[in-house]
Amino acid sequence: MIGGPLIRMLDRGAVIFIVIIAAIGILVPLLNLLVPPDSPFHVPTYLVALWGKYACYALLALSIDLIWGYCGILSLGHGAFFALGGYAMGMYLMRQIGTRGVYADPILPDFMVFLNWKELPFFWYGFQHFPYALLMVLLVPGALAFIFGWFAFRSRVTGVYLSIITQAMTFALLLAFFRNDFGFGGNNGLTDFKDILGFNIQAQGTRAALFALSCLALILGFLVCRWIVTSKLGKVLVAIRDAEARTRFLGYRVESYKLFVFTLSACIAGIAGALYVPQVGIINPSEFSPANSIEAVIWVAVGGRGTLSGAIIGAVLVNYAKTYFTSGFLAPYWLFLLGLLFVLVTLLLPRGIVGTWRHWSARRREQAEADKTAVPEPRPAE
Amino acid sequence: MHLICARLFAVMIALVILSTAAVSWAAPFDDALARFTADDFSETDAGISGLAASGDARAADVIGALRDGRLAFSASEKKVYVKTPSGSLTDVATGQPVATPPGDLADVRVNNRLRRAIDAAMGSLTLMAPDPARRLAAAQSVFRSKDASALPALDAALAKERETRIKQALAEARAAVILSMDDASEVDKLAAVGVLRERGDQEALAILSSLPASTPASVAQSAKAAIGSIQTNLTMWSAAQNAWYGLSLGSVLLLAAIGLAITFGVMGVINMAHGEMVMIGAYVTFVVQEIIRTTFPWLFDLSLLIALPLAFIIAGGIGIIIERTVIRFLYGRPLETLLATWGISLILQQAVRTAFGPTNREVGNPSWMSGAFEVGHLTITYNRLWIICFTLAVFVALLALLRLTRLGLEMRAVTQNRTMAASMGIRTARIDALTFGLGSGIAGIAGVALSQIDNVSPNLGQSYIIDSFLVVVFGGVGNLWGTLVAAFTLGIANKFLEPFAGAVLGKILILVFIILFIQKRPRGLFALKGRAVEA
Repeated sequence: MIGGPLIRMLDRGAVIFIVIIAAIGILVPLLNLLVPPDSPFHVPTYLVALWGKYACYALLALSIDLIWGYCGILSLGHGAFFALGGYAMGMYLMRQIGTRGVYADPILPDFMVFLNWKELPFFWYGFQHFPYALLMVLLVPGALAFIFGWFAFRSRVTGVYLSIITQAMTFALLLAFFRNDFGFGGNNGLTDFKDILGFNIQAQGTRAALFALSCLALILGFLVCRWIVTSKLGKVLVAIRDAEARTRFLGYRVESYKLFVFTLSACIAGIAGALYVPQVGIINPSEFSPANSIEAVIWVAVGGRGTLSGAIIGAVLVNYAKTYFTSGFLAPYWLFLLGLLFVLVTLLLPRGIVGTWRHWSARRREQAEADKTAVPEPRPAE
Repeated sequence: MHLICARLFAVMIALVILSTAAVSWAAPFDDALARFTADDFSETDAGISGLAASGDARAADVIGALRDGRLAFSASEKKVYVKTPSGSLTDVATGQPVATPPGDLADVRVNNRLRRAIDAAMGSLTLMAPDPARRLAAAQSVFRSKDASALPALDAALAKERETRIKQALAEARAAVILSMDDASEVDKLAAVGVLRERGDQEALAILSSLPASTPASVAQSAKAAIGSIQTNLTMWSAAQNAWYGLSLGSVLLLAAIGLAITFGVMGVINMAHGEMVMIGAYVTFVVQEIIRTTFPWLFDLSLLIALPLAFIIAGGIGIIIERTVIRFLYGRPLETLLATWGISLILQQAVRTAFGPTNREVGNPSWMSGAFEVGHLTITYNRLWIICFTLAVFVALLALLRLTRLGLEMRAVTQNRTMAASMGIRTARIDALTFGLGSGIAGIAGVALSQIDNVSPNLGQSYIIDSFLVVVFGGVGNLWGTLVAAFTLGIANKFLEPFAGAVLGKILILVFIILFIQKRPRGLFALKGRAVEA
């Protein structure tokens, strides 16, 4: 019975969605690398980097949708996991600079030489090895989420309270990473990267590869999330979202389910951050700012929570709008628009784009087959 | 009538005495001055001591000029001049500037013997200067320099001094000098230790802990005891200072959170735009002050009193508009309220940024809020003191409003049981709007107070919102007293952590503590019990 879950997991919509992402992930790098720059089909390198950034944001949105849309956990601190993954990758990239830094110290990154540090702090050990850095990309956000979630869910901190303390968590990390003596470059963060796995980080080919990798990670993340939400586990998660106390009385260990999905979501966010940093070329403490995390939540709300594909669409749409608005004369109005987006989406489009579309098409089908009773749409979670 | 006449008479007598005194002082001053024109070291020496003895206010300036090599004379005209740093000449006797320098102008020369005489004269002169502030400064400078040669001048000044504060400073200076001298008697030194023990600050501690090797054993022992007592004393004062700072921070936190305690605590609405209401209050203060500055400058001291009701009305009005247009559609959906109000906060911030610019705006302190006074070793600034008083007043007023007024009764009724309240004829929608307006209005007046101690910028609200939420959650939602206790606890804890951990780390520790605390007691310090919990 292997076919059953696979079919459930890959319904028509999901397959189409994956094919689209895969097509973008293959076509964009090809059009960038193989098509000559003067051709109308050529994709400029800066666009590849920009869209790579969107892909990372989409992965972050996906991780938020998994816990918010399917388990009712509204985390206002997911940016922290994203940034921690980014810092882990940034530390690897820092160590790769070696003697090419301004101070040409073979071991210490520039900011440590500047701070007059004599040796590498212990938490920087091992980051010269790529596999170790990758492990840390998963482990650090995962461990933080596990510890945080273990305390929070066990003592049944739910709803708004959880949102507020996740916000406090990312705020505390923001303050900590701003400190110079914390050992992560203070407010300048980590930057000036040279190469990744021996490839020049600025090179066109590296950027194209990173873009393709981001799309691949997005597809994998989507598959993992799809697999979880269509499995029995996913049903329990939705049950927790809609009636936590009842699920507990039915004999499910609600805390364990929540903890698992929260930790997994943090790991996905960490991967998104790790892919984001080499494409953007810098990671600094402002990534921890509570505003970033809450902005990521609105991507999910715009796209439609509890839809997975909606989170991705929302992230890309909102960020495209952000790029469009902030680059031109409209820049002062971007925050007005973003603010309005928050208000209007919650008031008028509580299901989000994808959710509303699904709702309408379900209603149309319902009318078409008036004699059959359609399955009622699940109530959106709080 | 009789009394007034008597007073007038007394004043007249005093004036007469003063004027004769000035005349009698003037003569020795001019005599001493004439000696500088002789161009002879012993005459100059006599001139210095003559000036020092004259008690004239100009003496210190002349000797100071001599020390700096700015004193010149003309032998033919028998006049002495002071050269100002800009190069012009002033006649010392008349105090008038001199347009054309005399032909035989020459500097008054000094040698090493004279320099010592000058220093001694300067010390004793300023120690006996007519201006109390200068006497105090001179005493304090001797305290720091511990110059043994100033001892005779100190004794003389001590005998003449009448103001207790300066007398004490002189005595402390004398004690410092005696303790650093090798040949002072043991009795004097013991007395000096006693004086320094009374002073009891860091500088006294420094002197007592670095006594010269020649100090007798008994003195060293008493100094050791004094050090111990000063140290415990100082620890207590620094604890008191921390507690004061903590109270001050706590009042700021309470002020920022108290409006939130209404909207979040009583209504259960997560208002992320709460900080922006505070910001709007601060900008109202700014606008009021700008208008006063340009049109009614004499009203400036009242600007805050004018701004308070305005800020309440404006912020409260915006709050009511927000409630009517957005929040009322989202009751029962707290997470969506959170997102919508975050959006509102972005819009308000950007609106203020567009209107007033992104930079900090200058909001002035009225005269009754600037300055400070000292209680023991504690410095208390007036603005902090006023803010604490103001915060407590707002708290009490709010409590009274909720307990004693019809509106408060209806608010509590709607909070406890909406349907029942509605069926008793309370217009719940109106009460919702008013409650939200009240919370926002209080945030507005908090902004007026915070404009006095914080930068007024579009980001003002952002810096308070997380703290405010933590205060409300820590204290227990729906409980004003809990908010009060939480605000002061967090404020004081923060300030006591700062000396050990630094400002940022202290704040991080507090955040971590609250996060852990909420895990332990998810409903805060003073949790509501009974049915209200699940409502």
